[in-house]
Amino acid sequence: MGRYLGAHLAARLAADPRIERVVGIDSTAPSSDLAAVLKDVDVHQIDLRTPGVLRVLVDARVEAVAHLAVTTAVDQHGGRAAMKELNVIGSMQLLAACQQAPRLHKLVVRSSTAAYGASFRDPAIFTEDTEPREIPRGGFAKDVLDIEGYVRGFRRRRPDVGATVLRFAPFIGSTVDTSLTRHFAAPVVPTVFGRDPRLQFLHVDDAFEVLHRSVAESHPGTFNVAGAGTLTLSQAVRRAGRITMPVLEPGLGIVAGLGRGTVSLDQLDLFVHGRVVDTTKLIREFGFTPRTTAEAFDEFVRSRRSGEALPADRIRALEQTLLEGFRRTRAARAALEAGT
Amino acid sequence: MTDPGLPDQWDDRVAGALAFLRERLTGDYEVDNFGFDRHLTDGVFLPLLRPLYNQWFRTEVFGVEHLPKEGPALVVANHSGTVALDALMLSVAVHDETSARRHLRLLGADLVFRLPVLSEMARKSGATLACNPDAERLLGEGELVGVFPEGFKGIGKPFAERYKLQRFGRGGFVSAAVRTGTPIVPVSIVGAEEIYPLIGNLRPLARLLGAPYFPVTPTFPWLGPLGLVPLPSKWLIEFGEPIPTVDFVDSADDPMVVFNLADQVRETIQQTLYKLLDRRPDAFSS
Repeated sequence: MGRYLGAHLAARLAADPRIERVVGIDSTAPSSDLAAVLKDVDVHQIDLRTPGVLRVLVDARVEAVAHLAVTTAVDQHGGRAAMKELNVIGSMQLLAACQQAPRLHKLVVRSSTAAYGASFRDPAIFTEDTEPREIPRGGFAKDVLDIEGYVRGFRRRRPDVGATVLRFAPFIGSTVDTSLTRHFAAPVVPTVFGRDPRLQFLHVDDAFEVLHRSVAESHPGTFNVAGAGTLTLSQAVRRAGRITMPVLEPGLGIVAGLGRGTVSLDQLDLFVHGRVVDTTKLIREFGFTPRTTAEAFDEFVRSRRSGEALPADRIRALEQTLLEGFRRTRAARAALEAGT
Repeated sequence: MTDPGLPDQWDDRVAGALAFLRERLTGDYEVDNFGFDRHLTDGVFLPLLRPLYNQWFRTEVFGVEHLPKEGPALVVANHSGTVALDALMLSVAVHDETSARRHLRLLGADLVFRLPVLSEMARKSGATLACNPDAERLLGEGELVGVFPEGFKGIGKPFAERYKLQRFGRGGFVSAAVRTGTPIVPVSIVGAEEIYPLIGNLRPLARLLGAPYFPVTPTFPWLGPLGLVPLPSKWLIEFGEPIPTVDFVDSADDPMVVFNLADQVRETIQQTLYKLLDRRPDAFSS
């Protein structure tokens, strides 16, 4: 709630006439710019791991819970331990509270396509029932598997509650600031030598749309949520007007660490194996088609024009210059031959 | 001087090459969900392979009419030659000899996708991992899918066993075809056995490198990088009559049906290999 995704979803839900009241829970108070967004939302500052959560769920007679408190990367202060505490322990406690909330009949949980892990023995395209071949190395991917495990337990114990699990591809958009979007900000982007992974993105506005529909309508089940199609990493880097710098796999963390952000094992696995998911089930069930990966990425690129090392218009101009030079040289030679 | 009435070939070529470079540099091309980069395949990979296909191996193709003009087919071929050049040459044959300029989507061993560079090239050229979900998805999308059921047993067999088909594994390729009701086109490739005649296999070295075999040929590793030049054998590729599978759609899990179909495909390829070898008296003829 205190962060971008939760605050904006809460505001959208509050504006929906089908929804009577929106309650927001977070362990930290929303920042000042998000407080304005949250003016119609009843905000409670409670740690997810305390019994206060259940009290709010019961007192407010909550009918639907959207669980978004899943962090994708280690932040500066807490480190991996804090990330795991929030993701795994937080989810466990929240689901335990939900289990006891009498009026609850809908649960929406944010998950990630990282749930499929990363292995060279994987099929090229994951459907919702593909099992991961290997336990992933990355902390986030492990957390996601744990969270989905808790949801499975919850479904068994509360079959009357429709649980929606949304496996999101990495978010992208002009307002999104993740380690992946920061990766595309530097003029030179480190990649893994000899690998060109297939990436998928989801425009964050489409993520809101799917979350909104999951809460307001009823779509129990597990769904891949991603923009159709794919861009390879090198292709995305080029579309962003950046230059790729292939680095041997063990060195990528070090090189990326020299710049700004760090590369987590999750990201390294993504940069080696890539990940493409099938979204047929989402489109059929929700009647909604997110922007394609290419469209979402191009929109992101347009919003961040600065720092381009190889702008497309300059390449186009160079192409024209070279072509005209070639034509002029030939015309001159032809004229010379005609003269003699 | 150029004749103004004729299309200006050099102008087209230079403009085309510059446009291609610009499209590469700005990422202005499409890649499908499997990572197939048609732009790169048509612009770079196939042109690089064509001299090998035409001039070096003097490849002759028969029965290309057995490939469907559109819609799916599972292309099943024998595998040989120490290095999987036969897969690449088969791709060139399917693309260049069909009027529809179709691309063969190869199914590769997991070793291919474990290695850097090779995995990137394989995906970009349209290959994917040999597993049933990928095979069925490609067939479902109406693609021509190419598979070599002998795998490493075929490609890494000693020269003395040339043109003897190896075991066909568990016949996973047949169940993929049966489940999607796709016809199977058996293909026999003659010529690949002689490009790197495998006379020895350094097993300890192979185990050390994690490779299925470490080849010793008359030229490799003795001549160093020069030993990597394939011998210029004469190649014949014959596409056989499609074997329909629609009648078996309900019995894709029946091991007897799968086994019988696999055996039928194997027999067809083996018999055609003998026939083609008769037609080619000398492995290095013109």
